[in-house]
Amino acid sequence: MTENNAKSMSIIVTKGTLDWAYPPFILATTAAAMGLEVTMFFTFYGLTLLKKKLDLKINPLGNAAMEMPVAGMHMAMPNLIAAMPGATALSTTMMKEMLKKKGVASIEELREMAIEADVKIIACQMTMDLFEYNKSDMIEGLELGGAATWVDAATRCDINLYI
Amino acid sequence: MADQVLDAKGLSCPLPILRTKKAIKEMSTGQVLEIQVTDPGAVADFEAFCRTTGNEMLAQRSEGGTLIFEIRVS
Repeated sequence: MTENNAKSMSIIVTKGTLDWAYPPFILATTAAAMGLEVTMFFTFYGLTLLKKKLDLKINPLGNAAMEMPVAGMHMAMPNLIAAMPGATALSTTMMKEMLKKKGVASIEELREMAIEADVKIIACQMTMDLFEYNKSDMIEGLELGGAATWVDAATRCDINLYI
Repeated sequence: MADQVLDAKGLSCPLPILRTKKAIKEMSTGQVLEIQVTDPGAVADFEAFCRTTGNEMLAQRSEGGTLIFEIRVS
């Protein structure tokens, strides 16, 4: 990380729903494209973003700010409806269609581009054990580490983010 | 006249930047890349991209609904 003069950035990734998967991967791929050395540390629900087969979902339950454009206006799904069976599948389908229609990359694509750009990917060992994930469930090329691994990397980074 | 043209129309942030980086990687110093985008956020983003990476923004213009940037690879 200090071998050359490149700037560097680290991101702690703690969330694994379809919406929250975007900010860390967008920032990581963009920073890498701008010449920064990037480290991503995946912990808690962020770990699901490292599974070989991604099956990301979204549900607006309890998220009063999640409005969807419907017929020229914006509508939020009432909590009672968001709690019904099928609401997660419906919201996920709607969100994915909207992302595709607007030319937004999928998380699969962004993750692939992050890997191609040599973004360093660290999975939190403690959460791997806690949630009983095996390294074989996860994509190739990740490193395992703990808090000290991130702190060490962060001391040498110009930008450190927690998402 | 650009050495290479990148069509990034219809793509949203961060894809135009990521595709640009990919194209620049294959080009040599001094060559000019023309990028065509429709994402209105690209104006600020391409200026920022050039500032950070040291590639030179030669020109930017709007043709119809398309934004066109010319970047010289550094």
